[in-house]
Amino acid sequence: MGYTLNFNLIWRHFDKLWGGLLLSLELAVISIAIGIVIGLVLAVWYVSAGRVVRSIIAAYVEFIRNVPLILLVYLVFYGLPTVVDIAYSAPTSFVATLSLYSGAYLVEVFRSGLEAVPRGQLDAGKAIGLTPWQRLIHVRLPTMLRITLPALSNTFLSLFKDTSVASVISVPELTYGAQWINFNTFRIVEVYLVTTAMYLLTGYVLLFALRLVERRFRAAR
Amino acid sequence: MLGQIIYALPFLAEGFAVTLWVSLLVVVLSLIAGVVLGVGLVYGPAPVRWAVRIFSDTIRGIPILVLIFFVYYGLPAVGIHLQSFWAAVLALTLFKTAQVVEYLRGAVGSIPKGQSEAAMAIGLTFRQRLAYVIFPQAFRRFLPPWINGVTDAVKGSALVSLLGITDLMQAINQVIGRTYEAMPLYILGALVYFAVNYALSLASRRLEQRFAFIRE
Amino acid sequence: MSDASNPALLDVRDVSKAFGTVEVLRAVSLEVKRGEVVTIIGPSGSGKTTLLRCVNFLESYDSGSIRIDGKEVGYRDAGTRQRRSERDLAAMRAETGMVFQSFNLFPHLTAAGNIMLGLRKVRGKSEAEARQIAEHWLGRVGLAHKADSLPAELSGGQQQRVGIARAVAMEPKILLLDEITSALDPELVGEVLAVVRSLAEDGMTMLMVTHEMAFARDASSRIVFMADGGVSAVGPPAEILAAEASNERLRSFLARFRASHF
Repeated sequence: MGYTLNFNLIWRHFDKLWGGLLLSLELAVISIAIGIVIGLVLAVWYVSAGRVVRSIIAAYVEFIRNVPLILLVYLVFYGLPTVVDIAYSAPTSFVATLSLYSGAYLVEVFRSGLEAVPRGQLDAGKAIGLTPWQRLIHVRLPTMLRITLPALSNTFLSLFKDTSVASVISVPELTYGAQWINFNTFRIVEVYLVTTAMYLLTGYVLLFALRLVERRFRAAR
Repeated sequence: MLGQIIYALPFLAEGFAVTLWVSLLVVVLSLIAGVVLGVGLVYGPAPVRWAVRIFSDTIRGIPILVLIFFVYYGLPAVGIHLQSFWAAVLALTLFKTAQVVEYLRGAVGSIPKGQSEAAMAIGLTFRQRLAYVIFPQAFRRFLPPWINGVTDAVKGSALVSLLGITDLMQAINQVIGRTYEAMPLYILGALVYFAVNYALSLASRRLEQRFAFIRE
Repeated sequence: MSDASNPALLDVRDVSKAFGTVEVLRAVSLEVKRGEVVTIIGPSGSGKTTLLRCVNFLESYDSGSIRIDGKEVGYRDAGTRQRRSERDLAAMRAETGMVFQSFNLFPHLTAAGNIMLGLRKVRGKSEAEARQIAEHWLGRVGLAHKADSLPAELSGGQQQRVGIARAVAMEPKILLLDEITSALDPELVGEVLAVVRSLAEDGMTMLMVTHEMAFARDASSRIVFMADGGVSAVGPPAEILAAEASNERLRSFLARFRASHF
């Protein structure tokens, strides 16, 4: 084998990994927050709009879902500034991309969530005289959010892993940090073992935390 | 602008061919490996089930990019020297295999227990139950999500551009490097990926409808 | 009780079973003679379905013996707890037929296909022979015209009748019926019970778990009342269902039943 494991160099530069992990989480959180807004607005619009609007929203969703994320990242970061008078940093550009990306997936999640709200609840809302807007805010959205919580958790976990693509435009998240250590210390196996462990552990912690939130939500009826 | 793009089309087409070739290899290899491991997960002895579980959860718990880098840079370090192309295919195959295992587990697991019981009740042996009752149903439940998942292989193949392999993504980057026509080329690339993947997801949806009867 | 002229076809003796710490069957004994229709009634949790599923070894049992035509089901011998081989078990199960509450038809096979599977793979019949037998039994249950329909295209009552045909086509020694009408819409129950009735009249040996009291009264040779994992009362329908039954448990069960059903 001829390769002896030496983790010292990894620990010396651990700040790159730890800082990268925190940035990855930050990117994921901001992106899903914006993505939720996009997804909600479009989902509500979708279920109450006509064919034209529906087609446009569907086109957006299908486009994002079928194009590689890396291409979208390049397109937004390198491509847009050539046609629009925009200048942004790599992290900002990535968050914009990932928000649009997650928004597309969340439209689907929220749309089916809205359609899964039991008819009986809507009827009850009408029966006590709520306006359509009130029914939306007080009946449909709360129920839908509870229904879609598991799918939201899964989307967030996916998003956390997708932040690794930010490394291609030099955003110093976790994968970028791993590559930096890789190129500067040549401790490939060690750095990737540690990085893998960090992604896995963070994933489990997030999963656990999200399950707790789900349970709390279900209890608070 | 248009002229430059048209001039670059053959080069882009070559990149597209590489993308398709990588995707095809990954899909076929992962199907074989995934089915073998999946069967081990569902019907194997405890140690096998544990091993497959750990493999699958680990692979699916990390970003594809990390897996690709780990394989690409890590293998030479431990003495295994593959060409970039095959290292990339291996990494993507590992990723897809874990997915295939999950599809299989889901397909078999979603078959109601009553099916096995009914098959037992008419006197079929274990092997007969698998062949005539479980497999036909598992296959129809497996196929639609699997076809849909092929899009992940195609999208994942774009990452091999980072390893210097001239697939469609890399070809686009290189042409942009020469012509500076970033936006048109990115849009063109996006449309090509879209065409391939959208066709696959439509096929998957149609199959899902055709096989709806299998879910009663 | 069993006699030389008509020994018990199914002989259940002191069968006990526990799921973890919960005792589901407590030393249950039961007999079914050839040609008899025995119905098990009782509150939920009384172990009646579990007992039925022990007869074709879909559930194992911890102690006691279950014999069909003298042969122990599931274990090499009543004494040992050595399970029979896969092959033996399959052969034993081919001698019993079961109809399920949720039908459990094979969705990828047509009605005829469902019936033919066992005939071809277990009884070794040829395609043509199996088809003929399948069509015969489909005709018998009134579904000859649906031979090539998929289960998804059939109503609940039709599916269950195919389920019955599938079990009976194997010519089992005893037919096990597990609450076969509980999952059906009320208006479809009649057609299924009519089929069971006619099979009984033709001499099919049956062990049935059901909530259909009227049917139990009219079609059974004997009714067994189970409660809390044990047999609480056995007897002919008239005796069991009579209002003045001396069994407290039975009386309250029937009273609750009459209150909601009759």
